[in-house]
Amino acid sequence: MLASKLVETSTITTQHRCTRFQTFHHETQKMDCEKLEETEDNYECEEFEETPLYAAVLTYLSYAILCIFGWLRDFLRQSYVERKKGALDPNAKLGFVPLYQSYESFYTRNMYTRVRDIFNRPIGSVASSEFDLVERVSDDYNWTYRYTGNKIRAINLGSYNYLGFAEKDGPCATAAINSIKSYGSALCSTRSELGTQSYHIELETLLAEYLGVESCIAFGMGFATNALNIPALVSKGDLVLSDELNHVSLILGIRLSGAKIQTFAHNDMKDLERKLHDAIVYGQPRHHRPWRKILIVVEGIYSMEGSICRLPQIVELKKKYKAYLYLDEAHSIGSMGKRGRGIVDYYNMNPNDIDILMGTFTKSFGSSGGYIGGKKSLIDHIRINSHANCYASSMCAPVIYQILSSIRIIMGKDGTKEGIRRIQQLADNTRYFRKNLVDMGFIVYGNKNSPVVPMMIYMPARVTRFNREMLARGIAVVTVGFPATKLLEARVRFCISASHTKEMLDKALSAIDEVGDTISLRYSKRHEHRRLKDLK
Amino acid sequence: MLLSLISTIDTEGLATDFYGLLQSFYHAPMYHIVLEILLFFSVMWLLFFRKPHPIEKKLTEKEKQELIDEWQPEPLVPAVDPNHPALNVRVLDGPVGKHITIDNEESLNFATLNFLNFVGNERIQNKSIQAVQKYGVGSCGPRGFYGTIDIHLELEERLARFLGCEEGIIYSYGFSTIASIIPAYSKRNDVIFVDEGVHYAIQKGIEASRSHIKWFKHNDLNDLERLLIEQENLDKKNMKKARATRRFLIVEGLYMNYGDLCPLPRMVELKYKYKYRIFIDESVSFGTIGQTGRGITEYYNIDRHQIDLISSTLEYAVGSIGGFAVGSSFVIDHQRLSAQGYCFSASLPPLLAAAAIEALNIMEENSDLFETLMYKSKQLHNKLIAIKGYVIQGDYLSPLKHLRLPDEFNTIGRLESIVHFAQTKHITITVARYLQDEHVLPQPSVRLILNVDMSEEEMDFLCAVLQEALVVTM
Repeated sequence: MLASKLVETSTITTQHRCTRFQTFHHETQKMDCEKLEETEDNYECEEFEETPLYAAVLTYLSYAILCIFGWLRDFLRQSYVERKKGALDPNAKLGFVPLYQSYESFYTRNMYTRVRDIFNRPIGSVASSEFDLVERVSDDYNWTYRYTGNKIRAINLGSYNYLGFAEKDGPCATAAINSIKSYGSALCSTRSELGTQSYHIELETLLAEYLGVESCIAFGMGFATNALNIPALVSKGDLVLSDELNHVSLILGIRLSGAKIQTFAHNDMKDLERKLHDAIVYGQPRHHRPWRKILIVVEGIYSMEGSICRLPQIVELKKKYKAYLYLDEAHSIGSMGKRGRGIVDYYNMNPNDIDILMGTFTKSFGSSGGYIGGKKSLIDHIRINSHANCYASSMCAPVIYQILSSIRIIMGKDGTKEGIRRIQQLADNTRYFRKNLVDMGFIVYGNKNSPVVPMMIYMPARVTRFNREMLARGIAVVTVGFPATKLLEARVRFCISASHTKEMLDKALSAIDEVGDTISLRYSKRHEHRRLKDLK
Repeated sequence: MLLSLISTIDTEGLATDFYGLLQSFYHAPMYHIVLEILLFFSVMWLLFFRKPHPIEKKLTEKEKQELIDEWQPEPLVPAVDPNHPALNVRVLDGPVGKHITIDNEESLNFATLNFLNFVGNERIQNKSIQAVQKYGVGSCGPRGFYGTIDIHLELEERLARFLGCEEGIIYSYGFSTIASIIPAYSKRNDVIFVDEGVHYAIQKGIEASRSHIKWFKHNDLNDLERLLIEQENLDKKNMKKARATRRFLIVEGLYMNYGDLCPLPRMVELKYKYKYRIFIDESVSFGTIGQTGRGITEYYNIDRHQIDLISSTLEYAVGSIGGFAVGSSFVIDHQRLSAQGYCFSASLPPLLAAAAIEALNIMEENSDLFETLMYKSKQLHNKLIAIKGYVIQGDYLSPLKHLRLPDEFNTIGRLESIVHFAQTKHITITVARYLQDEHVLPQPSVRLILNVDMSEEEMDFLCAVLQEALVVTM
């Protein structure tokens, strides 16, 4: 009952996660490593250790206590014993229907506000491997903040900066600055009217070469690339099979398109095959007419789990059942693969096997925006029918020049080995960090090679304390809990970057070791619990 | 034969009246009665209560495999027309200002929405460059996870202060701004009253919200009142449901598809009578209408505290990229956790936030910019209506006008040839582009935009070329 009430209060929970919140053990308990050999080249080795019983019980108990206190405080506020903090509706006394349901804001008032200081931390410098956090203090338990004017220097394990291109000097920044001087910083028109400049065409050509596809189109926002282009590809009468942990932008895009959506269990190829089989054999529900087309939507790296999709099996299934594949490489482009070309490169597959390759420029290229790549007929269709192409402003020059220069560096077109060095450094950093965490006895999810490293914490109070203790030691981390993850599975998510040096990683590991010892975060049953000094 | 058989039956034993019937009932053996009752009940069941079972078609494996082999999906995308205008756009080269360069030829720009000509402004460029030198280009994260940069907070505060509201919030894409705001407030059982002529982003936001939508005719207050009265009658029938149904009115300050202003004062009056909340999208009117560019609320002298939310884009007058919304803290703060385009997307690159702040500085320092713009819009309007053969749509002080040919002649083909001819004379204008699935597809038109730095001679030149174009293309 409790959990269901909390699920309803969540405003960000996707429909996918809602259906699975009741599972007590994480269903994919299987350790895929057992079937395959544990070698360095093992691409699909992923681990998702099950939640320990005592952690689950204590987590539920924590939420129950929070709820009880929440009701108590709400009661005190209603009876005017406690003063209502937070903004009040100016229209409240005029007979308007309340703007928010009280149970929606229950979560915000009573749970989120207590720990609000660990989110939305403002920074005052470039988001590279080390940055300056703007110090903010609260005198009234996080209802309002005051900026002291000080800056806290911290190691950045939270920003998406996989290849380290978030730099304020260097060839990319210089190119961006020169482009501002030549072109200004906006275009005030859409791509289908007068928003196309020569550098848009240059970007799209270079990107197509980078990805190994026929043609590409770029947009100004990664979220909008999914939400506004999927309606141009599928519509009513089509079926979309989407992984249950897909990103909100994909779900929004599919919902706006009007197609029927079915989810399959995360990375479960048998479930996907069964659903494909049934879809073709039984057709649309009720009248059983055949589906017009079937689209499988998966992501390269799932940002909360650190797992990667099983691309070879999906492509095999896709060819067997004549479906189409949409691959969202928001996190994996640039960060996976020997040449940094994403999951397709990681598995050494042919990019033409995937019908629609989508990705973003925010994570590995240090810029902003998204792209879609594929055959020329597909891209032409998108140019004509995309909402973003017809109504949204085109990308501005500095953003494009940053992407152009970073792609050239990755491809080695600038004549140096800098691109390869960064890719290699990222892979080394990832392996080193993950190995140490696992050897210390923490539960770490995801693929061995993914630079997204989620470490489980489970209890809400420990999540908050971990975050604050790490910041006190000079490490900025990202901790996520309900509703972005399942109720039981609050975690800290580290994002490794190629710009992290070994010293920074060692400093982070020793801080994690210390804090993990203080608040007992070593949950793993499969690996021995060790201190960092014992690993050397 | 049968008749003789019947006549030989002993008729005395047959019951011929009700009394006799009862008598025979008493004399009948028990098993007979029981059998008759069972028969009666089984007939009743057969007739009324048995649900017909559909014959279950269990497919064999072979049949399933055949179905799979036979199924042919449609192609992923249908065939495209290679002559579609979206595939044959003009490619610019160089900054977008009063003049633009297409194919190495400079022309006067009446087509892009930079009303205040801030693109290419030195002060703004310098600030953007300084921002790149401090923060790099991208922000590398969503607002919740170290993507909040102090310059974003500064921009939000400046925007709120500029419009005299409590709080502001910024988005990284103009289209996503209003399209994320509407579903954050309006849910499945709520009612939205919206003008038919709103632009596409609002239409998508409304679709995403899954609320009940009531369209009223463009700028027609009587139609709106009719819908409001209908809703009130519905409320009276079910008071409990009415107390849980939120109502919203969504309008634009200056309509992008029509160029006219919305009748806001009366809508605010109706707000307090029928208890709905107003969201205004001032994408085109922010920075163009009003004595100091503060939009339609300034033009009509309406207290901004009466408007629940004002949203706009930073991509037109302000000359940057992104969007924002301002209002009371109570309303705006909700978006920080429930607007999808805010929570799940990377934040605005800091250089664009810096450009927007500097643009706001310029707007606050030179408030005569807006008077000039309004004056020139009126001038242009007068010049345009003087040309015979065109139908001008748009308010006389709107810097955005729609130009059409008289009814039967108004086709996209003719308008494109006018645009093409104008380009040869070094005037750049454009046909307004829409997607086919707009709620009310506007008639084909040429969208004319006035830049504040245009001189009167240049406007005269535009009108002369348009006049000539009529002659040449008819």
